[in-house]
Formats: sequence, C-alpha cells, structure tokens
Amino acid sequence: MAVLELSGVFKSFRTHLSIRRIQVLRDLSLSVQQGEIFGFIGTNGAGKTTTIKLALSFIFPDRGAVRLFGEDASRTALRRRIGYLPENPYFYDYLTGEEFLDFHARLFGLGVSLRRHRVRELLDRVGLGKRGDRQLRTYSKGMLQRIGLAQALVNDPELVILDEPMSGLDPIGRREVRDIILDLKARGRTVFFSTHILSDTEMICDRVGILVRGSLKAVGTIDDLLAGGDVPFWEVTLRGAPEDRLPCGRVVSRRLDQLLIRVDTQADVHRLLASLDGTASVISVVPARQSLEDLFIRESRHD
Amino acid sequence: MIERVGAIALNTFREAIRNRILYLLLVFAVTMITFAQVLSLLTVGSEEKIIKDFGLASIDVFGVLTAVFIGIGLVSREIERRTVYTILAKPIHRFEFVLGKFAGLALTLLVNTAVMAAWFFLVLLLKGMFDPRLGLAILLLVFQFLLVTAIAVLFSCLSTPILSSVLTLALYVVGHLLWSFDLLQRRLHSVAATAVCQTLYYLLPNLGNFDIKGEVVHGLAIEPSRIAWAAAYLLLYGAAILAAACAAFERKELQ
Repeated sequence: MAVLELSGVFKSFRTHLSIRRIQVLRDLSLSVQQGEIFGFIGTNGAGKTTTIKLALSFIFPDRGAVRLFGEDASRTALRRRIGYLPENPYFYDYLTGEEFLDFHARLFGLGVSLRRHRVRELLDRVGLGKRGDRQLRTYSKGMLQRIGLAQALVNDPELVILDEPMSGLDPIGRREVRDIILDLKARGRTVFFSTHILSDTEMICDRVGILVRGSLKAVGTIDDLLAGGDVPFWEVTLRGAPEDRLPCGRVVSRRLDQLLIRVDTQADVHRLLASLDGTASVISVVPARQSLEDLFIRESRHD
Repeated sequence: MIERVGAIALNTFREAIRNRILYLLLVFAVTMITFAQVLSLLTVGSEEKIIKDFGLASIDVFGVLTAVFIGIGLVSREIERRTVYTILAKPIHRFEFVLGKFAGLALTLLVNTAVMAAWFFLVLLLKGMFDPRLGLAILLLVFQFLLVTAIAVLFSCLSTPILSSVLTLALYVVGHLLWSFDLLQRRLHSVAATAVCQTLYYLLPNLGNFDIKGEVVHGLAIEPSRIAWAAAYLLLYGAAILAAACAAFERKELQ
C-alpha cells in the first residue's frame, strides 16, 4: 500500500512583491510504499522541502493530489500516524529537553504516565538521557537534531518524514541517525527522508528518487538505478608490463613495478591483456562501477 | 480539542513568563504606580485622585504594551523561527493553534494585571485610599487587554511582527478616540463622508467601552448595564476578531 503518494503535483511560489511566480515542482508523481526507507535526493533548491511541506499540508498544491495512507493529506487526523523532523529545526529554546518532548506528546492527548514513560524512553533512544533537564538553548546542533528526531517519534508513527536529518551532523551523529532510521524499518515503520548526503542514502535506502529542478528524474532501487548505467571505464593493474609497448590505455599511476592503467572500452581491455608476454602478470581488472553520486550528477546535468 | 488548545496555551504562557520584556514592563508599571505618590505632591489637585488616576493609567498602558509586544510575535514569530512546523505536523487544527496562542497570552495578561493590581491596592491601602470600585475599573481594563490581544493575534496571522505592532498600537489609539468619529459625522454635510465616518465608528474597536477610570476616580455612578455592555462587546467583537484570525491562518501557506 502507498503510504505517501503525490500525483501530478505542480507548485509555484510568488517571490516578494513580484507578480512573477517561480515554478518549484513540475508534474511530480511519487509513491512511498509501506515499510520501506525512501531517500529523496536532490540539490539545494530542487524542491525537496516543498514536497515535504505539501505532504504535511503546510502549503497546498496548485494542481495535483497529495495523499497519505490513501486519504487526502490535508485531513488533520492523519497526522496522528506521522512523525516529522523539519530541516534545520528551531525549537523553543526556553524549554528543557523533557518539557519540549512532553509538550509535543500532549498534542497527541497522551496521558501523564504514558508521556513520562515515552519521554524517558525517547531521550535514551536518541542518546540524550542525561541532558533532558537542560534548556534547549544550551544544546549543540547535533543535540538539537536528536531532540528533533525524538519529537518526531513521540507518537510511535507509522510514517516518519525527515527533512535533511543528516545535515550539520558529524560522522558519529550521522551514524546514530542512520541507526535510528534502520531501527524504524526493523520495527515495520516507513521512512521518507530528503538528503544531499549520498553515501548515507546508498547505504540504507530501499529506494531513492532523484529530484532535479522540481521534476523527478529517476526513481527505483539503488541496484536498478545503478545497473542501468554503462561502465564508463576499466582500471587494469599490471605487474612487470613494459610501459612503452602498451597497445592502448593511459597509465594513471606507477608504484614499484606496478602500473595502474585506465582503459575506456571492454575491447581495449582484451587487447591490452592479449598483448602481454610471459614476464607480466595481471593484478586486477576493475570496471568502474557507477556510484549514486555519478548517477545523481549525470541526471542533474541532463536537465 | 480542549487538551490541545490547553497544551499550546500553557506553552505560550511558559514562553511569556520566561521573556524578559514581561518583567521589564512589570517593573516599569510598579515603578509608575509608586511614582504617582511623588507626582501627587508636585501637582495641584486632590492627591487621592491623582494617585488613583495615574495608577489605573499605568496598568492600562503597561497591560496594552504587554499584549502588543508579546501578542504580535505569537504567530508570526512561530512561522519565522519555524517552530510552528513541528506543532502543525501533529494532529492539531490550525484554529486550535491560534486559540491556544490567544488563551496563553490571555493567561499571561491575567497574571500580569493581578500583580500590578495587587501592588496598586497595597499602595492605596497603606494610604487609606482603597476603593473597591477600582477593581471594577481594572476588570474592564482586562476586557480591553483581551480585545487588544485578539487584535494582535489577528495581525500576527497576517503580517510581520513590526507591522503588526504598529497596526495594533494604532488601533488601540484610534479605539480610544472613536468618539471623535461620532462627533465628526454630525458636523459633516456630505452623505458619503458621513457614511464613511459611521462605518468606521461601528467597524473599529470602541475601546471607550472599557474605560470607566474617570467615573471611578471621581466617584461618579456606574450603571450595571455599562459593565454588561462592555462584557457583551468583548465577547462579540473578540469572537469576530478571533474567527477572522483563525480563517486567515487556516489557508496561510507556511513556506
């Protein structure tokens, strides 16, 4: 079942005092399935946050439909099943971590004892167990991101929407967020997150969507998306080969008697290997596998 | 619904009481009430009237300033600082958010006025000048604060904090001078001009309804119907303003 679904969505904004409208999303259709981790990637200004704001009805589409759990996304009651972390979250800095989480739990009408239990559990889960009694103004950026994540999980949501959850975090913080996302999936939850940090996406996402200037350029599993691309070149490592008699390829580096040679086509790889005599040995032949980053850059340039 | 509005209200109250501006205004008000005694020595006229008049005026001005300076930032600052997003991503209607903000500020003003009134009464008791009718005058001031708060919340839903504060203060001033529209209308001969004056007279908030300071200070009679009318005016006008604020916020794009 589609947990989040956008079909044919257009969205434009008017800039300050100008009559001209800027088209942010163009005919965006997207569907996030139950139980998957969906990575929504795109450059700054591609329309990721706009898409998320549409899903939460902070803004409304010019055209098209946004649905959550098969129903119109603007229905307030649906938000009982959603958790959301905004990009660069700003919170009430006069509240302590505990007060902040308690306040958000109250909005779900949770009782006092359940709230107290949930707040404690969440603080531990995001690694802020001992800092809950401190005002948010004393928190570091990483801590704010974690308390933000905790408020997104306060209702044990079925769908968690995270806007740039990794931005501004150090490698340890990123790994912690990654682990929380994977833990949510293990609990059967659906996670939809936007990011421009591709290495994280590649590691944890079941599917990704690539958004370029308001249009979805590619969507699918990482394997499917990457398999579709050609291998752009091969790297052949040889030992004891005579550099001046190579039939093709370009020597990229030399170390002792080893040569690393970049070869452009598979036919050239065969030619190169056939040309070797008994004194040379082959160490490795590696096709340069396309990374998500390559795909992302290629899709962004195509436009 | 009550629970969600209550949660927002409580949080708004908490924010206000942790705001330094509130204490600054409160200290000023208390100082002014105390200063009235010195002032009464320097001016010609009854000492008692000057102390009472000055005290009530201080509560009036500082209450309104609190309503404006805290009220105007209530909604727009939440959008500006993006704190509104985590709240509206929860199962809460937008009108509940607006009502909660209003209720929180109303609670702040009640506490604020109670502190100012307590100090005022203490000063008067010590001087043997206490008059229970002053409580009535303060009650009507609270009505006025609530209406000004509703107006501040409405502007806060529509525009930026600075513009909201200017507009709210302007309406407060105009609201106290509304009798002049009535006067002007009687002196104008053009039908169109009279119609404009009359429309403005009925459309703009008539804060004169909440002002019985003169009667209380000078010991004049106050009809109970005057208090009832002030309460009814607050309920009707205040409800209309809050409804407009909720409607404005309902379809607002939170970019």
